Amino acid sequence: MTDTLSPNVIALIYLVASVLFILALKGLSSPLSARRGNRFGIAGMTIAVATTLLITRRVDLTLAALAVGGIVGWLVAKRVEMTQMPELVAAMHSLVGLAAVLIAIAVVNNPGAFGILDPVPAGNRVELFIGTFVGAMTFSGSVIAFGKLAGLGKMLRLFSSAPVVFKGQQVLNLIIAIVMIVSGLMFVVAGPGAHWPPFIVMTVIAFVLGVLIIIPIGGADMPVVISMLNSYSGWAASGIGFSLNNPLLIVAGSLVGSSGAILSYIMCKAMNRSFISVILGGFGAAEGTTSAAEQKQVKSGSAEDVAFLLGNAENVIIIPGYGLAVARAQHAVKEMAQKLIAKGINVRYAIHPVAGRMPGHMNVLLAEAEVPYDQVAEMEDINGDFGAADIAFVLGANDVVNPLAEQKGSPIYGMPILEAHKARTVVVNKRSMASGYAGIDNPLFYLDKTMMVFGDAKKVVEDIVKAIE
Amino acid sequence: MVFVLAIFVGYHVVWHVTPALHTPLMSVTNAISSVIIVGAILAAGSGVIDRGSILGAVAVALVAINTFGGFLVTERMLEMFKKKDRGGKK
Repeated sequence: MTDTLSPNVIALIYLVASVLFILALKGLSSPLSARRGNRFGIAGMTIAVATTLLITRRVDLTLAALAVGGIVGWLVAKRVEMTQMPELVAAMHSLVGLAAVLIAIAVVNNPGAFGILDPVPAGNRVELFIGTFVGAMTFSGSVIAFGKLAGLGKMLRLFSSAPVVFKGQQVLNLIIAIVMIVSGLMFVVAGPGAHWPPFIVMTVIAFVLGVLIIIPIGGADMPVVISMLNSYSGWAASGIGFSLNNPLLIVAGSLVGSSGAILSYIMCKAMNRSFISVILGGFGAAEGTTSAAEQKQVKSGSAEDVAFLLGNAENVIIIPGYGLAVARAQHAVKEMAQKLIAKGINVRYAIHPVAGRMPGHMNVLLAEAEVPYDQVAEMEDINGDFGAADIAFVLGANDVVNPLAEQKGSPIYGMPILEAHKARTVVVNKRSMASGYAGIDNPLFYLDKTMMVFGDAKKVVEDIVKAIE
Repeated sequence: MVFVLAIFVGYHVVWHVTPALHTPLMSVTNAISSVIIVGAILAAGSGVIDRGSILGAVAVALVAINTFGGFLVTERMLEMFKKKDRGGKK
């Protein structure tokens, strides 16, 4: 390090950057302050990068790399579709993980460049070990998650959105994890010159483990997986921060780590899964498959029927699910809602925490369609209102409105649901009678007050818009 | 010490994030975790061009995608939420 800035000044600047990051997260408590928060985040990052550039000996390589990465990042951010956000986020997690590994290798290669003693003290080695394996697992796990989200299952079976399971998977994972930890410890205690082999073995195993942990998870459980990898990527940054004795990395990394952990917890709760089983991986392997063989009668109707019902309602609650996003029907739905509102009908949207493919995904999709956010309500806020609703319009959602969740003994018992069945009339749009990812039948569809409208969500909603006079 | 404090702060701040903004939260934390770029810059700027600095430069390039992309895409999303102020007709 050069002496352009004293260590105290650097520490102070890093502290400022950390505070700015905290403010960035704090801003997200309301849509009104969120943008200012993001600016704080950008400021924090700018300060951190500029300061670090000042204290390094040469900046040419760095600036070139920054330019390349910056342009790619800029292009991606401009072009990505909102429906593709989960993929983008997964891809970004993988980059953080990979960078953690690369930095760790650079540290092991030449600790002096980071102001660390050579040979690296055991304490720092423990931290390096942790930073590396978490980083490696984040990388390979996120690559798999990306593949699953992007629907690359046809290219490579590992990317299949269906769980990839085999006998003894858990045992294999456990054995591999133990081998990884043992080689990590060997790296920690290795004598001078002998640290590379265990380090390499540990890193390679961590990459493999990352893959193994994510492949058995079904595509629809992605909200949890993404949050979890979000958390991992933070801990990886934190681990590298510890090994470099860099408080900024430690603080920012653990902010992200805890944020991701909280999101995973919220998602788990929303899907009624245990947190531990997620952290250990290997969940979502659908044991019971469809049992909907018994034929039951459903009432089905046309778009015109729905338009008639909607036109005569006073209170309408729309429940959008991922099916709506897949059909890209957000704009049509917004148009429909506007027409209804113009007629004096109270229209609101009810969002289940796991609607979409990542936490808050549906909110973003609706925001993109310019749905005013004060019409959009979270599950807890709106569940009490279904009793007073004339129509609950379910669009491309299934399990999140399944009343079986209130029945003891059902596979999804305990999962919080949107209580659509309490509305006076329920209208459900689905492409077919296929069951949701949970693979169980939905009694909501067979209620006397339920009308099914089959077909592509976008087409159906557009027809409804036309039919509302 | 710093570590525990940061987790504590993170815990409290994140619980206050409105669920509607969980996706932007994730993209912004993504951008923030790219602060690991600091480590990469230190590696890339060690003074000599060797294995370490090349690895560092590669890491800088990779993470810069997050640094720039993460904040930008967050901004893009939040812009959508902002538009609602005028559009909101109750």
